Amino acid sequence: MRQDSLRQREQRTGWWLVAPALLFLILIYAYPIARSIGLSLFSQNLGTELQPVFTGLSNYSRMAVDGRFWQSLGNTTLFTVLSVLLELLLGLGIALVLNRSFRGRGVVRTIALLPWALPTALIATTWTWIFNDQFGVWNDLLLRLGLIQTGVNWLGDPNWALWTVIAADVWKTTPFIAILLLAGLQSIPADLYEAHAIDGATAWQSFWQITLPLLLPQILIASLFRFAQAFGIFDLIQVMTGGGPGGATETVSIYIYATIMRYLDFGYGAALVVVTFVILSLAVALAAWGLTRLRAAHNLGDSR
Amino acid sequence: MAKLSLRNLNKTFAPQVVPLKDLSLEVEDGEFLTLLGPSGCGKSTTLRLIAGLEQPTQGEIWIGDRDVTQQPPGDRNIAMVFQSYALYPHMSVYDNMASGLRLKRMPATEIHHRIDEVSQFLGLDGLMQRKPGQLSGGQRQRVALARALVRRPDVFLLDEPLSNLDALLREQVRAELKQIFADQPTPIVYVTHDQTEAMTLSTRVAVLNEGLLQQLDSPKRIYTRPANRFVASFIGSPQMNLLSLPCQGEYALLGRYKVPLPQPIRLPEVVLGIRPEHLRLARPGETLALALQGQVMLVENLGMSDLLSIQIENTPYWLRALLSPDQSWADRQISLMLPSESLHWFDPQTGDRLF
Ligand SMILES: Nc1ncnc2c1ncn2[C@@H]1O[C@H](COP(=O)(O)OP(=O)(O)OP(=O)(O)O)[C@@H](O)[C@H]1O
Ligand SMILES: [Mg+2]
Repeated sequence: MRQDSLRQREQRTGWWLVAPALLFLILIYAYPIARSIGLSLFSQNLGTELQPVFTGLSNYSRMAVDGRFWQSLGNTTLFTVLSVLLELLLGLGIALVLNRSFRGRGVVRTIALLPWALPTALIATTWTWIFNDQFGVWNDLLLRLGLIQTGVNWLGDPNWALWTVIAADVWKTTPFIAILLLAGLQSIPADLYEAHAIDGATAWQSFWQITLPLLLPQILIASLFRFAQAFGIFDLIQVMTGGGPGGATETVSIYIYATIMRYLDFGYGAALVVVTFVILSLAVALAAWGLTRLRAAHNLGDSR
Repeated sequence: MAKLSLRNLNKTFAPQVVPLKDLSLEVEDGEFLTLLGPSGCGKSTTLRLIAGLEQPTQGEIWIGDRDVTQQPPGDRNIAMVFQSYALYPHMSVYDNMASGLRLKRMPATEIHHRIDEVSQFLGLDGLMQRKPGQLSGGQRQRVALARALVRRPDVFLLDEPLSNLDALLREQVRAELKQIFADQPTPIVYVTHDQTEAMTLSTRVAVLNEGLLQQLDSPKRIYTRPANRFVASFIGSPQMNLLSLPCQGEYALLGRYKVPLPQPIRLPEVVLGIRPEHLRLARPGETLALALQGQVMLVENLGMSDLLSIQIENTPYWLRALLSPDQSWADRQISLMLPSESLHWFDPQTGDRLF
């Protein structure tokens, strides 16, 4: 009895303590989202002289037949899946190398983290120059190796443009994943590998049966982070291609930006925001659910 | 099956770090050999060399008629129980035990059969689907042991497997270990720095210090005839009394008391050793001339006996004696006898046993 009332009092105090933070969260997150949902039910564009006119779900039905929207969604998905996948693979490789002790490991680790620390706009500009058709290093390299005869306009070619932004993004973000996975690797005790080796396992078998399963939580967390980030990609692409050529690299964020800032179509822009928000929330919820399941399967943390 | 032999093993990590200088020993089938020594004396290193987790700088390791020195750990058919147990945290108890067998591509029915047998024997039946994180320390220890047993290896290696258990459980598991390994027809090498474990479990004990073998003998002889001063002081608790005494041919001088030597020697000094449990009170009839008079300076109650620190009259020498706690010893003047059959004599220079 007494304990219960004590608990209740603690809870009441707790609510008071989180109230300010809660208020800020509501103002900063909940309000804009609610406002976007509201706005998405109106037409507010140059046609309505920027006055809001209630049109129900018409923005959403327009979206269903908007080819440009679907193309941008496809681009976004492709960009997200490919870049996160490549980053995971490369990041894991780098983490495995960095996990070995060798002379100068600390220096290599610091250098490896540098791309992550640089501003995206800077990186984007640099990569734009690297892929430049006349003065770019990449073309120069391929020409010298004799792999191409004339310079390719990587950023201007609809078949290549998406790959160039993926390359830039992978270069920038792989270190982040590598460091995250390295922390995971370092938490795996060496004697597990020794026991496994005595049992007759090869390095390859140890990788699949020990490293990967024990690293899965970190891999999931990294993917979750990166997925959310990559799905909303804006700055890198805006600087490198602006969504071009011909919409070949236009992601949802860029399309929304253009809709609102260039075409001043606020109602439709809001509807686009809402849909993107829902897709992202679903994906994140799914990943978080997977993570909890995994934690439960790994049961109650560590035995060691 | 196969005997294990180590031939002139040396492991040098760096010029200054040589945990193993030169070790040769043989472990027969069914023999339980304990490596005993203070921290850092190279016990774990020896075990890791046998397992193949480290490469020896010099020397050879043979299992039966196989030279395994260059073989990777997986090819040696050895099972090892780690101090930390090294259970795979993401696998169930069953999978932990099955892992090594699956790596050898053993058919599932045979795996099941072996695991059944061992888990029943160790009382792990109900735990097979649990993860290591859901087990108590004692249960984990047992799973680690079971994982080694199902392998039916040529050699068992155990590195301080009891050190993570509390005192009570340790005693119980120690007894179980003795039973389990009594039936194993293979060499067993057990590492510990706990002399009780070494004494109770082993058929033979190898005492190591600074990478060198000090003595390799049965537990009993290690206790009754320590080969040198180091073994004498390391084995036995409370520690053996060791006194450096001036020597006069047939006698060593302990103050005014002459302790007869078994044989005359020509050394200026000699080290006399006597265990606290072998010192006894002089009985009323015995010649007081042969008894050491001393003053009790400190009494420590150990439960079944009192540990007395005694200063011998008119000398700088101290002796510690275990005496029955049925009377109060504090500040008393007592007479002690040195039973000649319980005396150990060592060379003060080399530390070697003289007689
Ligand atoms: N990988 C290594 N590199 C350098 N030195 C090492 C390495 N492994 C062990 N040593 C050194 O070798 C010596 C013996 O180590 P070892 O682990 O064999 O001791 P131990 O007898 O098992 O001691 P403990 O009872 O504390 O476990 C120690 O001085 C240790 O610092
Ligand atoms: Mg050790």
